[in-house]
Amino acid sequence: MKRVISLLLEHEPGALARVAGLFTARGYNIESLTVAPTEDPSLARMTIVTQGTDAIIEQITKQLNKLVDVVKLRDLTEGRYLGRELMLVKVVANTADQRNDMQRLVDIFRGRVIDVTDSTYTLEMTGNSEKVDAFLEALAQVELIEVVRSGILGIGRGKQALKA
Amino acid sequence: MEYWIRIAILPAAPGGSNRPYSNIPFGIRATESLYYRFANNRRNVRYHRAFFLPEGFQLILTGADIVVNCLKDEGVEYIFGYPGGAALHIYDAIYNQDAVKHILVRHEQGAAHAADGYARATGNPGVVLVTSGPGVTNTVTGLATAHMDSIPMVVITGQVPSGLIGDDAFQEVDTVGVTRPCVKHNFLIKDVNKIAETMKKAFYIASSGRPGPVVVDIPKDITAQKAEYHYPDAVRMRSYQPRTRGHVKMIKKGADLLLTAKRPIIYTGGGAVLADAEESLTRLVDILGYPSTSTLMGLGAIPATNSNFLGMLGMHGTYESNMAMHQCDVMLAVGARFDDRVTGDLSKFSPSARIIHIDIDPSSIGKNVRVEVPIVGDCKSVLEEMVKMLDGRTGDIDRSAIDQWWHTIEKWKSVDSLGYDMSDTVIKPQYVLQKLFEITRGEAYVTSDVGQHQMWAAQYYGFEKPRRWINSGGLGTMGFGLPAAMGVQLAFPDELVVCVTGDASIQMCLQELSTCLQYNLPVKIVNLNNQYMGMVRQWQEFFYDRRYSHSYMDALPDFVKLSESYGHVGFRIEDPKDVEDAIKEAVNMKDRLVFLDVITDPTENVYPMIAAGKGHNEIQLKHSDDILEERELA
Repeated sequence: MKRVISLLLEHEPGALARVAGLFTARGYNIESLTVAPTEDPSLARMTIVTQGTDAIIEQITKQLNKLVDVVKLRDLTEGRYLGRELMLVKVVANTADQRNDMQRLVDIFRGRVIDVTDSTYTLEMTGNSEKVDAFLEALAQVELIEVVRSGILGIGRGKQALKA
Repeated sequence: MEYWIRIAILPAAPGGSNRPYSNIPFGIRATESLYYRFANNRRNVRYHRAFFLPEGFQLILTGADIVVNCLKDEGVEYIFGYPGGAALHIYDAIYNQDAVKHILVRHEQGAAHAADGYARATGNPGVVLVTSGPGVTNTVTGLATAHMDSIPMVVITGQVPSGLIGDDAFQEVDTVGVTRPCVKHNFLIKDVNKIAETMKKAFYIASSGRPGPVVVDIPKDITAQKAEYHYPDAVRMRSYQPRTRGHVKMIKKGADLLLTAKRPIIYTGGGAVLADAEESLTRLVDILGYPSTSTLMGLGAIPATNSNFLGMLGMHGTYESNMAMHQCDVMLAVGARFDDRVTGDLSKFSPSARIIHIDIDPSSIGKNVRVEVPIVGDCKSVLEEMVKMLDGRTGDIDRSAIDQWWHTIEKWKSVDSLGYDMSDTVIKPQYVLQKLFEITRGEAYVTSDVGQHQMWAAQYYGFEKPRRWINSGGLGTMGFGLPAAMGVQLAFPDELVVCVTGDASIQMCLQELSTCLQYNLPVKIVNLNNQYMGMVRQWQEFFYDRRYSHSYMDALPDFVKLSESYGHVGFRIEDPKDVEDAIKEAVNMKDRLVFLDVITDPTENVYPMIAAGKGHNEIQLKHSDDILEERELA
């Protein structure tokens, strides 16, 4: 089962390597990993998407908690949470027809065209992974030049928060 | 609160001695300019023999002096190391003081193992100082050894100057990257002002929670820069707060479950030794009267002569321990981690056991086996709590069931799984260990390397006290024994320290014989010399149809001459009749290192044995070609 694990860690050089190294050393899956500093510059927030049996997920959370740099950790999938992904797609858009079609599609999915050249459109799409996947499927007939996905960012619903 | 730092500053003595008093911060030398500042701007301080500095005084030292002052203020007795370019400022600071004694090894691996041995015997963190690059990579084996066995160590490594990091500079290696998977934590210090705080954190992390080695990497330029020195009394880290007190409800649940047991077993590991839990553990075993067994790492936590103790369990454990583990209905695991050498095939492991597991590391609980009552906490405090709960309630125990259980265990014991055939012509290795045990009454510090001799020592040397059995259990590091013995001997100069080793293992850190001479370390080396890598040979005999691929030790040195050339005493023993006298003679040479080269039966195997992937009930004994099935005896 897919799990979304959110962690706060000391924003120090090497902290990311410790987390990534743990996953390779112990043979855990890692589907996506995003990390960036928070409003408190000494802390970084990381969202990891992984898969495994309950026993493996339990080990993953325990081993992550054991890392000295990890301040707090929560398996978001245990409660209600929001997951969002950002995707940038560059597509071929030469003709007026192609451009119109593209604009319509983007509107349907509530995305945006963020850059235009004489032969390309660059599209921005955010949403949960299913929506982002669906948008990619809808682009099946279009010639894709590049696809960039951020991986999932997760946040719990309600008042609860991951705080140091 | 008024804050005073007591320091003494000496005038340059007429005789030329510029050594500061031993109780003052190092780095202050009368011959050097003294950096100081008062809050009230009094700048003309005259040199006195000793004086008190008022609040606001800042003691400005070089990074190197700060490092060494931290060690002194942490109460470090010995530091094991080897100098080199990037560590030279720190070595200069060491030169100017004598509170922290530096032990010069002959190879950085020896430094790490020596500090490790010191830590295992004393419980205090072992400290290492090495240079960058090869200095670091040579300690990696020692770090991994300590990490696997949860041994507290602080390893200070010199690094190339900050400006050169990443440039492939001379003797540069990514220390933090190389050591990351085999340490509890590591630091790279980039600011001289952070040295003292980082050192405090390193010692705190190394010795708290589940202990482990911590690396502190310091670039050379940082050790030359100056900063105010103040060693913090304590550190608080928001990201690291190990839990030590167990949850009372869970302890109660565990105690209740123990009382309902009909076929209980208490299984203890290295965690019980690390937590110094021997008293409460032995008390628990005694008031319950339950059979108990120990892993390789836990030997000594319960005295070997305790009537409830069944000996070691696992791959080479006694028949009765393994059978009791297999058939138990309630298991109390104390500071043990259900390692594969203990459990054998997990799918066959203790099929009817309800398991209570005490461990300070939550990730150890439920990692390999399902646990019914998890108790996260320090083994000692949890066991104390549990003993309190059980005291007075032992009447609830189903004594007739327990008696029946003991009756079954006695039958298993009667198999005499550690029996061996004595010989008049060739020395049996088991006999050597038995004699060593008798002569030293189980009270020596015994270090070992890895292989057959290690297992025989664990089987035949009965440890009465914890922290006496010093061996590399988790990583299985050949070459560990001799340097570890040095660390133990330094910690306990008046105690008998024996290194039980083999002709293959001893050659892996042999150079440390030179260190032993330099520091007068009268270690007794018992080399069980069978001209084989015995355990490899044994596996090849059992599982590779006797194809002894590269397990034969060809061209062995003359160990007696070798010891003599290092300035030590060496004996070669070939006749079983000479074993006892030789050990006695060696033990009586209290101020000399004695190398006993004991020529043993090259065909001897370690029994009992549970082959990898087998269950506890599929144990192989010496006198049975077939594997004994439980039904034959139960």
